[in-house]
Amino acid sequence: MTYILIPLLPLVAFVVIGLLGHWIRERAHWIAVPAVVGSFLLSLHTLSDVVHGEPIRMTLYSWISSGSFQVNVGFYIDPLVAAMLLLVTVVSGLVHVYSIGYMDGERGYARFFSYMGLFTFSMIMLVMSDNFLQLYVFWEAVGLCSYLLIGHWYERKSAADAATKAFVVNRIGDFGFGLGVILVFAMFGTLQYEQVFAKAASHAGDTINFLGALGGDWPVHLLTLLCVLLFMGAVGKSAQVPLHVWLPDAMEGPTPISALIHAATMVTAGVFMVARFAPLYNLSPTAMGVVAVTGGVTAIFAATIALTQNDIKRVVAYSTVSQLGYMMMACGLGAYTAGMYHLLTHGAFKALLFLACGSVIIALHHEQDIRRMGGLKDTLPITYWTFVIGSLALAGFPLTAGFFSKDEILISAWSAGPLGKTLAVVGLATAFLTAFYSFRLVFVAFWGPSRLDPKQARHIHEPVVTMTVPLLVLAVLSIATGYLGIPGFLTPVLPGPPGLTPAHEGAAAWGIMGIATLMGLGGIALAYVFYVLKPVLPDRLVQQWNSLYAGSLNKWYVDELYDMAFVRPTIEAANDLWRWFDVRVIDGAVNGFAEAVALWSRTLRVIQSGEVQHYALAMALGAVVILGVYLLL
Amino acid sequence: MFSFFYFGTIIVLAAFLVVALRNPVYSVIALLIMFFHMAGLFITLHAEFLAAVQIIVYAGAILVLYLFVVMLLNLKRDDSYQRQLWLGVGLGGVALAEVISLVISAHLTVSPPLNEAGRLATSAQTAGVVAQGNTELIGALLYTKYLFPFELASLILLVAMIGAILLTKKGILEAKGDS
Amino acid sequence: MVPLSYYMMLSAIVFLTGLVGVLIRRNIIILLLSIELMLNATNINFVAFSYYLHDPAGQVFVFFALTVAAAEVAVGLAIILALYRGKATVNIEEFNLMKG
Repeated sequence: MTYILIPLLPLVAFVVIGLLGHWIRERAHWIAVPAVVGSFLLSLHTLSDVVHGEPIRMTLYSWISSGSFQVNVGFYIDPLVAAMLLLVTVVSGLVHVYSIGYMDGERGYARFFSYMGLFTFSMIMLVMSDNFLQLYVFWEAVGLCSYLLIGHWYERKSAADAATKAFVVNRIGDFGFGLGVILVFAMFGTLQYEQVFAKAASHAGDTINFLGALGGDWPVHLLTLLCVLLFMGAVGKSAQVPLHVWLPDAMEGPTPISALIHAATMVTAGVFMVARFAPLYNLSPTAMGVVAVTGGVTAIFAATIALTQNDIKRVVAYSTVSQLGYMMMACGLGAYTAGMYHLLTHGAFKALLFLACGSVIIALHHEQDIRRMGGLKDTLPITYWTFVIGSLALAGFPLTAGFFSKDEILISAWSAGPLGKTLAVVGLATAFLTAFYSFRLVFVAFWGPSRLDPKQARHIHEPVVTMTVPLLVLAVLSIATGYLGIPGFLTPVLPGPPGLTPAHEGAAAWGIMGIATLMGLGGIALAYVFYVLKPVLPDRLVQQWNSLYAGSLNKWYVDELYDMAFVRPTIEAANDLWRWFDVRVIDGAVNGFAEAVALWSRTLRVIQSGEVQHYALAMALGAVVILGVYLLL
Repeated sequence: MFSFFYFGTIIVLAAFLVVALRNPVYSVIALLIMFFHMAGLFITLHAEFLAAVQIIVYAGAILVLYLFVVMLLNLKRDDSYQRQLWLGVGLGGVALAEVISLVISAHLTVSPPLNEAGRLATSAQTAGVVAQGNTELIGALLYTKYLFPFELASLILLVAMIGAILLTKKGILEAKGDS
Repeated sequence: MVPLSYYMMLSAIVFLTGLVGVLIRRNIIILLLSIELMLNATNINFVAFSYYLHDPAGQVFVFFALTVAAAEVAVGLAIILALYRGKATVNIEEFNLMKG
């Protein structure tokens, strides 16, 4: 019973605030916050239930029952799910509290909390699903909530466009995901996780002949195909290259949303999904390779872009994309536990970073360009220190949670064969870049002389307590989550592929840890040199490597490429269709109909001559014809 | 036999003249001739009362009315026939052919009634009523069996009278509401 | 005596003459006269049948038909007079306000 309440409470909050929002207005948080807190407490209870063994299975409702196609609405809660539940409810709860201060005075206050309740409900249902179809439904639902919340300030065209972009790009990934779900049913005849996993091994060698209908021969391994299709959904949802383009634009939404959805929860659904389907991925080395390479490429690609961005939220956004790449890479190399571990710690410190950004933004009256900041560390102490702790965790500074989880990934990667070793090197390089740009942000935004407008500078103060308390809580979590024994908790439910045993002891492990730490410290040091000691260095480098700098600043022109290759042709095609088909054929048909009716009526009008004798003639003619027919037949 | 053909021919001829003559007065006169011969035909069919009524009502009242109106309107000779002259005549021809074929194919075998003496009987005799003649026969029927239609007929005449008066009153069909 | 069918043909000829007259004459008065022709044709038919079928009901019906014809003529001519007052013509082609 308690398990139903976990998603139900936020749903009730959504409905109540949604319906009564007009009258509740600025008291909406009185309903939303207790609901999420309640979910959190119940999640704790759930954790204690599953920690000792058997997962919880519950079937709520028989949804579709059509011959052999049976789909229920139900729950499957094991340690993985319990961990995700805690992540979702904790971050959602803290963001709710934070939003009381951040969204204070906004016109859409109640609407904001209502949608956040819907999102929390959808995310919880997503992780607690026990079958593919339910997962898909709530996968889409969180995408919808993302759209609604990114476009919260919908009067701004950039916000509305960003929301649409997020939804459309997600949809592209979801198309593959949907095909994957269909393939699951086709292959296994069922959509329940446990049944699919049980049958998976026996289908390990199945292939399908792609060119069979055309008489050719191209055998494709079915399980690989399935895993790749499902992964497409993860590529869209978790903003991997090439579908990463929506996440930076999603920064148009309010900062609490960036923290909740685009750092800790929704974007992690892709990683969660890969980890959840580990039994399937373990049977397809090719698919795992795809996942791993995608993750690795994403990690370094996004890191290179984050180096040069000037909007405080964009830097953190690209950092999120990069870290998601890390998680995917880990999962792709069989280290699902490491990936999930990093997911949980990242949830804490990335949410912290975003909320701290929000605090800065509010304090500076919505100024987001770091070139116009500076000298904030004395005027915004709490924000500054929590931001530093978050950045340290992100950079993998020893003893923070980020350090432990990132190390876990790199060590597991190194012991996963040649591909793993290559990706481990990539990961180390990325770690260096990550540390560098994180502390670039710290030094440029918080240190040095103030570059603010002097009039504004006088009014800077820390935001309200509802905004600073979540920062403090998350700062504590950014360190504490490293010590909770998460890997031990998750490993039993996330089996790696056969043959992979991450070597935690031994020279290789210590070596990796050492190099990683070095990379992190090196990055911080370099940033210090560049932005505190010798501020002229960055500008000189920019001038020397101008084209590289421009490329990085412009996100390597991916958006422009997509615009040219996909968006423009689609718009052109739509335009042409409109001109040649809609206007000519459809309008022509409709207007033609009207014309035909008019023509016909003009023809018939001739009969109405108004002359009595014509009518009499018609009557007589009719009578004669009837008589004739009677006589002849 | 002879009477039928004589009357019949004149009737057909007169009917044709009614329709064909251009001058309205001539048409009315032709109709008058036709009515007289119809009355004659009725007498050969032993419907004396009807013959009389035909002359009195049709020839004496209706045709007079027509003549009054023709004189009142001072109608001159018509210009031409309608445009659909040949269409109408053609239609009439076709209809005539149809009717003729209909009648022939019906094979009517009704023969006129014969009394005990084997000669033609009067309607009084065929009705089996000891009556004094056609008039009394019809009168008896009208006031007993067909009383209701008889009263209705009188009502129709009343309505027609009122209608005729109202329609010809000046000012009825012009501005409504005034005067 | 002539067979009944002869009377029927006579009646038919007169009726059709009246019908054609309705269709081809432009003068309303003559139109009404043609309608009278049609009514009389049916009268001939009724009387003939009444005689041949030994049933006086036919004659009674003629009586009523006559009555109705009289009433109809009265009203019809009244209408024609009213029309003439409006348009000073009895050409039926002029009365085509219902055109279109």
